[in-house]
Amino acid sequence: MAVGIIGYGAYVPRYRIKVEEIAAQWGDDPEVIKRGLLLYEKTVPAQDEDTITIAYQAAKYALVRAGIDPKEIGALYIGSESHPYAVKPSGTVVAEALGMVPDIHIADYEFACKAGSEGMFVCYSHVKSGNMKYAMAIGADTSQGAPADALEYSAAAGGSAFIFGSDEDKIIAEVLYTYSFTTDTPDFWRRDQQMYPQHGGRFTGEPAYFKHVVSAGRNIMEMAGLTAKDIQWAVFHMPNGKFPLRAGRQLGFKKEQIEPGWVVPWQGNTYSGSSPNGLTATLDSAAKPGDLILMVSFGSGAGSDAFIFKVRDRINEVRDMVPKLWDLIRGKKFYLTYGQYAKFRGKIHLNPNV
Amino acid sequence: MIVPRHYKEIPQRYRLQGNRCKACGRVFLPPRKICPCGSEDLEDYNLSWKGKILTFTIIRVPPAQFKYQKPYAVAVVELEGGGTIQCQVTDTPLEEIEIGKEVEIVFRKILSEGEAGIHCYGYKCRVV
Ligand SMILES: [Zn+2]
Repeated sequence: MAVGIIGYGAYVPRYRIKVEEIAAQWGDDPEVIKRGLLLYEKTVPAQDEDTITIAYQAAKYALVRAGIDPKEIGALYIGSESHPYAVKPSGTVVAEALGMVPDIHIADYEFACKAGSEGMFVCYSHVKSGNMKYAMAIGADTSQGAPADALEYSAAAGGSAFIFGSDEDKIIAEVLYTYSFTTDTPDFWRRDQQMYPQHGGRFTGEPAYFKHVVSAGRNIMEMAGLTAKDIQWAVFHMPNGKFPLRAGRQLGFKKEQIEPGWVVPWQGNTYSGSSPNGLTATLDSAAKPGDLILMVSFGSGAGSDAFIFKVRDRINEVRDMVPKLWDLIRGKKFYLTYGQYAKFRGKIHLNPNV
Repeated sequence: MIVPRHYKEIPQRYRLQGNRCKACGRVFLPPRKICPCGSEDLEDYNLSWKGKILTFTIIRVPPAQFKYQKPYAVAVVELEGGGTIQCQVTDTPLEEIEIGKEVEIVFRKILSEGEAGIHCYGYKCRVV
């Protein structure tokens, strides 16, 4: 029985801040940052947006493309490192708002930037096992970098939702293979009650991101008996513009194979929604029926989930039903000053009595 | 404590779940028990998430909970397929807000109860 994505959708906020604006605040050279990270601007959530509202919008678009009754969805997993509550699930709000309750299994996932792909992994298995007809996974975040930290240039907001199912006439992208590569690697973390994460500086590169992403990519391709020449498109977690290109090169992919999903220079790192947004953008733009797509997520701590998808004819029917991610990224947007951004992100100490 | 009221209003706030008069077709959100036409025969009806601005006002001196959002607009929106709602306009510069402009209804955080209370979600609109 074939199992695959039967509906997908993405969302990013309308607000942006440019690298120049952040660099001017902290005395950095914007050209050095742009060259070093291959980042130009990032999305910023509006004051009324959070992981729940972003997940909702992506899920709503996914439901339109799937064309199914929300009540038939058996599970909803939202992966994020910025769930609005420490205790109380994000998923219940989204499921209630989309009419998916009460016959549904819900959990919020966390694993730094790979919480979204974890949900995809489990949803795929639920459907594959026959326990559920449909299952929905969402990766969404409104992540924060500490002021003046390098992460502040990349930490962005957005996410994607995927509905898995096995209806032959509904599959958009069939899952051919899945694989996970995981070790205990303390490259990036945030302790309870801390507002901003800490990271291991250079330690986040080779032993963390590259080791896990490249191993997961190599192992799943070996498992499938495929090389980068047999796979049309590749999506890797995008903490900045450079890392995914370099990981791709190590696996034999050309830049052109990564570009359709390489949204990071203009949206930033949407954390749990990073590789999911890359997959959505690839489906939205370059993917043709018969194409293979490799997706490899990365979550600090550390692990990578890998998938190989095969695109089906239905992509051409559903692609234009809702706004495409590239259109949201390039469409209506408003640039913020650093002051406005600091207010939006709650970086200003307020006096509640004033 | 706003939990009981928020909880009770979840269907209308999250899903625009109102009702429609079976006699004259008028649509209501919040739902009504009796239609102005006199009929008490109303059915559940989910309002559309697309509409047009009927009228709006700009709030420059907001209630305390909204003080960091000022200035912002509140609009009366006429929805496709019937019904009007009143809601905050988000994601739109004030100078872009005009009567007749097309809007989409979006699901947003309306307010958070202090530093430790619940987040209340519901509908707003934004100019497309
Ligand atoms: Zn009536």
